[in-house]
Amino acid sequence: MSKTLRINGKTHQVDLPDDVPLLWVLRDELGMTGTKFGCGVAACGACTVQIDGEAVRSCQQPLGDIEGEITTIEGLGTPENLAAIQMAWVEHQVAQCGYCQSGQIMQAASLLAENPSPTDSDIDEAMQGNLCRCGTYPRIRAAIHSAAKMMQEA
Amino acid sequence: MASLKKIARRSFLIGSAAILGGVAFGTYKYHQPAPNPLDPGEGKAVLNPFVFVDQSGVTLIAPRAEMGQGVRSSWAALIAEELDVDPAKVTVLHGSAAKAYYNSSLLAEAVPGRGYDASDFQHSLAQVVGNFSKFFDLQVTGGSSSMKDGFERMRLAGASARETLKEAAAQRLGVSRALLDTKDGQVLAPGGVTLSYAELAADAAGVEPQEVELRPAAQWKYIGKPVPRIDMLAKVTGTAGFGVDTRLEGMRFAAIKQSPVFGAGKRSFDASAAENMPGVEKILDLGDAVAVVGSNTWLAQQAVDAIEVDWEAPSYPETTDALFAEIAAAFDGSANSTMRDDGDVEAALPEGAELIEAEYQLPYLAHATMEPMNATALYTGDTLQIWAPNQGPTIVQQAAADLTGLSKEAIEVHTTYLGGGFGRRIEVDYCNRAVQIAQQMQGTPVQLTWSREEDMSHDYFRPGAIARYRGAVKDGKALMVHGKIAAQSTTQEAAGRMMGMPMVGPDKGHVDAAFNQPLAIPNFRVEGYLVKPMVPVGFWRSVAASFNGFFSDSIIDEMAHKAGRDPLEFRLELARAEWEPAAQVLEQVRDMSGWTGKTPEGTGRGVAMAYSFGTPVAQVIEVEDRDGQIAISKAWIAADLGLAVDPQNTEAQLFSGLAYGLSAACFGEITFEGGMVEQENFPDYDAMRMPSMPRVEVAVLQNQKHMGGAGEPGTPPAAPALANALFDLTGKRARRLPLMHDFDLLT
Repeated sequence: MSKTLRINGKTHQVDLPDDVPLLWVLRDELGMTGTKFGCGVAACGACTVQIDGEAVRSCQQPLGDIEGEITTIEGLGTPENLAAIQMAWVEHQVAQCGYCQSGQIMQAASLLAENPSPTDSDIDEAMQGNLCRCGTYPRIRAAIHSAAKMMQEA
Repeated sequence: MASLKKIARRSFLIGSAAILGGVAFGTYKYHQPAPNPLDPGEGKAVLNPFVFVDQSGVTLIAPRAEMGQGVRSSWAALIAEELDVDPAKVTVLHGSAAKAYYNSSLLAEAVPGRGYDASDFQHSLAQVVGNFSKFFDLQVTGGSSSMKDGFERMRLAGASARETLKEAAAQRLGVSRALLDTKDGQVLAPGGVTLSYAELAADAAGVEPQEVELRPAAQWKYIGKPVPRIDMLAKVTGTAGFGVDTRLEGMRFAAIKQSPVFGAGKRSFDASAAENMPGVEKILDLGDAVAVVGSNTWLAQQAVDAIEVDWEAPSYPETTDALFAEIAAAFDGSANSTMRDDGDVEAALPEGAELIEAEYQLPYLAHATMEPMNATALYTGDTLQIWAPNQGPTIVQQAAADLTGLSKEAIEVHTTYLGGGFGRRIEVDYCNRAVQIAQQMQGTPVQLTWSREEDMSHDYFRPGAIARYRGAVKDGKALMVHGKIAAQSTTQEAAGRMMGMPMVGPDKGHVDAAFNQPLAIPNFRVEGYLVKPMVPVGFWRSVAASFNGFFSDSIIDEMAHKAGRDPLEFRLELARAEWEPAAQVLEQVRDMSGWTGKTPEGTGRGVAMAYSFGTPVAQVIEVEDRDGQIAISKAWIAADLGLAVDPQNTEAQLFSGLAYGLSAACFGEITFEGGMVEQENFPDYDAMRMPSMPRVEVAVLQNQKHMGGAGEPGTPPAAPALANALFDLTGKRARRLPLMHDFDLLT
């Protein structure tokens, strides 16, 4: 069936069965490949996007149930115009293979929107669902603290 | 010696060739040329090009896969060091599948010797032996070898390009080359005249390439300093193209169900339920697998899940216990190797000596890269294109040629970014599956993505392994170590698959990080026992060192405690008497961690040291009791790479290796029932996460003479350092992994 989605400030019309998860609408229907497939069972966080600012696993959002404004990594910032959090990621040289980083950044951006100066234990709690097999966690933690500082000074 | 040197030097002869609007520089291969993938022009088919200079600037061809280790950025820095350009302005492309891009360092590991004690002669020999990898067509990213391999070649290509561009400028201006200088992509002439490389590029193609000396280390601007990674911007904005991100005009999406029993075909299948499901366009029979092609990966996956298949029975031991019984039975046979046999381990122990006998057992492991296995293929009948996140494009190409009957020249392999490799992507099974599907979808590009469940249950696993150790101490000193290690052979099974020939003889890789530990123990023997192929095994970050690091360090820790010695001092004494750089990494972690040999109530500390891939690495890990749960709170790492091209990136590789090792030590385990893998997805194959990852401090030392690897050596000491810390905390010795079965770990 036909469904209207608001993604990164733009309106998209898609015609797919109701149970297709948002992840696969983004990737295979709309060609927005920044959001990644990792597990399909909400256990790794690679597919994290925001709906109305809240971080959600897009592999668990059936198309038919989606309401609200969707933000993906493509809507956060671009290579020419980075968001503060992406600048912090570059500053700390966080990414290794980089596959999980879209999800990590979307999760962290949602944390910072809610909590402008998270403690280490706030970070542990917010980020525990986002797996990184390269183990970039020490630099993710440092980048979140840097981004918090940057955003407060801005 | 003279002839060896000559051969080594000849393998670095620099050449150049004209290309459209510019010039390509590279190295000639010694003796017979390998076919050139970039086809720079007639009569120059022997050139192995690494640098292009044309109107768009400087382009580097880096025939190594970027899987997180930063190889593209570091190779750009090596070129830039000699060429006088900003590394950030170098465009880096992945080279296509070609013999010319063989990995000279990887097979150098095949030279006899323990590595750390290699003389210069052995190292030049290793370089020459490395050339044999050309004959195996190995363009492989693995074995922590990229920096060792590229270090000379990249700088020579950059230096030759610089001097040739200067020569072109000299001829144009009518001045001597000696009067010219270079800076920021320009040739500087007296009187403030500047000529950009771009405007000299076409002329340079007509100039005899210049051979030059490399700049001394004192003049280096980029090597040894942090260089921002050129892939970072793409990776923080979701714009880096991984394998799964390949998008082609008219492309369809596929999902697959492969036999859960390795090597088994199917008796029958019923796809009737799948046929009318939404998005389904085609159902394919692949013999030992079925696939669905459709408009969307998820819809194709739903349909493939609905296909019922009756699979054939396994032809190998069906359960974990039965597999390990086979592994244990290998000890009853004869040893495949005895790579170290110092003193006499069989001699009767002197009076007062104390003996420890220990059996250690480690499980099979999956790689679990974040990006599941996938590949995209387009078959037209007489050509084939493959887009894949792979670690060995020449192997992909050969396998596809065997599968389709096409010549290798008709097959093009595009290497994308890799969402993790860890050795999994040296294999080509996932590419072959995409090719099989593409063959039945002629003219239509198809992307095959495996579900996580498919990925986890169809791996080339790190082999399960058993070690039986005897150790003896007397008067606080190590007297004897005798280790026997049994497992399926990764080297023989994987190399056999890749090279299409059986590998026989003593398997040095199987006992790596056991026989070659830089410890002076008067009676020291290590024997390897090989188990016949059962379930598929393959290269897993640090290969056999991933289990041997645990075995060989655990026995040392047990001996230290038996001898009543401080475990760090005990190791330090043994290392100092054998090889100073190994002692220095231990001293470094001792100082960084403030090691006193005593820990307060509720805290435990362990140390471990392992030498692998040319690099000694010591780690101290601290654990804490938090209300009955054990947290891994801190880790200190010291590694001696001889020379670290980029220390910031090296630091990342080392703590990444630690995280990978800790993940396996705590949670990693692949088990079998009915010949099938029992784990399905991350909930039953978990890893370090933000709360469980320790705070880490890393020291990169550069004391040893030779260049060591970075990607793998951080992994082997992680498990023993943690197990030793748990012993310090709880008094319970871990002789098997994963630790979650015996300890209440914080997740």
